[in-house]
Amino acid sequence: MQTLRRRLARSASFVAGAALLALVAAMALLGPLLYPEGPWVTVGAPMTWPGADPLRPLGTDALGRDLLAGLLHGARVSLLIGAAATAAALGAGLLVGAVAGYRGGWVDDALMRLTDAVQTVPPFLLAIVVVLIVKPSVGSIVGAIALISWPTVARLVRAEFMRLREADFVSAARLMGMSPARIVVTQMLPNALPPVIVSASIMVASAILIESGLAFLGLGDPNVVSWGTMVGLGRSDFRAGWYLVVVPGLAIMLSVLALNLLGDGLNDALNTRLPG
Amino acid sequence: MALLRYVLRRLGQAALVLGIVIVLQFLLLHLAPGDVADVIAGESQASDPAFVAQLRAELGLDRPLPVQLLLHLQRVVTLDWGQAHSMDAPVWQLIAERLPATALLMLSAIGLAVVLGVGLGMAAALRARRWLDGVISVLALLFYATPGFLVGIVMILVFSVQLQWLPMAGMSSLYDDSPAWLRAVDTARHLVLPTLTLGLFYVAIYTRLMRAAMLEVLPMEHVRTARSKGLAPWRVVWHHAGRNALLPIVTMAGLQVSSLLGGSVIVETLFGWPGIGRLAFEAVFKRDVPLVMGVLLLSSVLVLTVSLAVDLLYTRLDPRIRLR
Repeated sequence: MQTLRRRLARSASFVAGAALLALVAAMALLGPLLYPEGPWVTVGAPMTWPGADPLRPLGTDALGRDLLAGLLHGARVSLLIGAAATAAALGAGLLVGAVAGYRGGWVDDALMRLTDAVQTVPPFLLAIVVVLIVKPSVGSIVGAIALISWPTVARLVRAEFMRLREADFVSAARLMGMSPARIVVTQMLPNALPPVIVSASIMVASAILIESGLAFLGLGDPNVVSWGTMVGLGRSDFRAGWYLVVVPGLAIMLSVLALNLLGDGLNDALNTRLPG
Repeated sequence: MALLRYVLRRLGQAALVLGIVIVLQFLLLHLAPGDVADVIAGESQASDPAFVAQLRAELGLDRPLPVQLLLHLQRVVTLDWGQAHSMDAPVWQLIAERLPATALLMLSAIGLAVVLGVGLGMAAALRARRWLDGVISVLALLFYATPGFLVGIVMILVFSVQLQWLPMAGMSSLYDDSPAWLRAVDTARHLVLPTLTLGLFYVAIYTRLMRAAMLEVLPMEHVRTARSKGLAPWRVVWHHAGRNALLPIVTMAGLQVSSLLGGSVIVETLFGWPGIGRLAFEAVFKRDVPLVMGVLLLSSVLVLTVSLAVDLLYTRLDPRIRLR
């Protein structure tokens, strides 16, 4: 643990990523404090350019709503969607991967063909279809992103479990009479986690990207403001004011960058080798 | 013989996966509230229950779900993919009309990504830990994190609105009776921005991949031998190191078909590119179930075919790979 912390502190990517992410988290926390009335209220003249009005440093949109208020409140929603989708994908992926890797045989074959099948459909296309069928909402967006993300986790966990299944300490646990469920949870899972942790930070990043892509196409939750929603709304006015798209777009880019850097740093420190 | 057995085995596997995909897609689209009959009736403003019931019977929607599934499988296999009711044309015809545009866009994006990514990755690896490597690596990180629509919108603002160098939407702005070479140039001009928008993310991926692969290959024995034989540096880099480093690139390019198809939805919508991505988007918004099903199915077939092709290519490129 000590060495891990030291290795993380030495990794430039990890430190840079953590600092950027702390900034985004601070934005998310500040939103309700600085703008308790929420992001939807009209506060001034429409289409004020960033810098033109010191009270609204990032300008206003076509309906006179403060872009900074949207950005701060949106941080919370975007992070929440990213984290929730990743958690759900991790849950499903861990379950499928662990069962397939531990049991092997026909169970493994069946689960892996299912995984193949889900991965065969272009992920973003599948997400669009799911969100539209269930109607765009935070729940359906999280569900759709989880649906297209779990196969990656399942594959990773399966590979780790197949390796660990033959390990001495697992055989020892089996000889001691430990139940399979207990072996999986107490012996194998902790050892299979490092690559999963690394991929989790990258998955949060891609979930934020997918959400913004959906919102860009008009498939965001109409009741909350995420960065994607802001991009989606600004899209129709972007020739009149490019900042409407570029400001939230940069926020997305920054958090995705932060999470990727974090993933890179963790990858080096935990010494895992992830494909890609 | 071994190769033939391998091909047959992989074909069997692909067919099985495709079967599962078809069933899953069928079930997914039947989760939707309301069915095709409701949609068609809604479009023609005919809410008469007798009409809807008759339509349902015609389309076989009154049968039990398993029977519908079997009928669906039969239609898929016999290539009878039905009528796209929102566009009043056969699904097959619509897909065939739009496929070339998407294929052109995807090929040029992946081409750009491979050429630029391999070049940048090699340059970065050869100058590892110096300033050029730093610049390239930071650029790759930034490209990797930038959402496609942001790239696209910035490109439109800079190159179409401000500089007015390139058209901002569509695939051509000439009449069909213009000379062929003029039309080719015109299409190429329309292709530039969508290609950059779709390709930049993959440039980042290939740069990082190529850099890592080169760093792994460069210290190897055969590279050192080639160098000590006095071969020209570019020959060493290209023939002895580059070829080995290219292997992961080939795999990656094959795996990317499915994410490229997804990305093309955004790019094609943004640039009004008349391809499959925009077709899918329109179909989904109009709840055109047969058309959505057709596009999803075709995409899956494409993905499976390319991954099969890559596997086979891989066995040719790398003789160490055992055929299992």
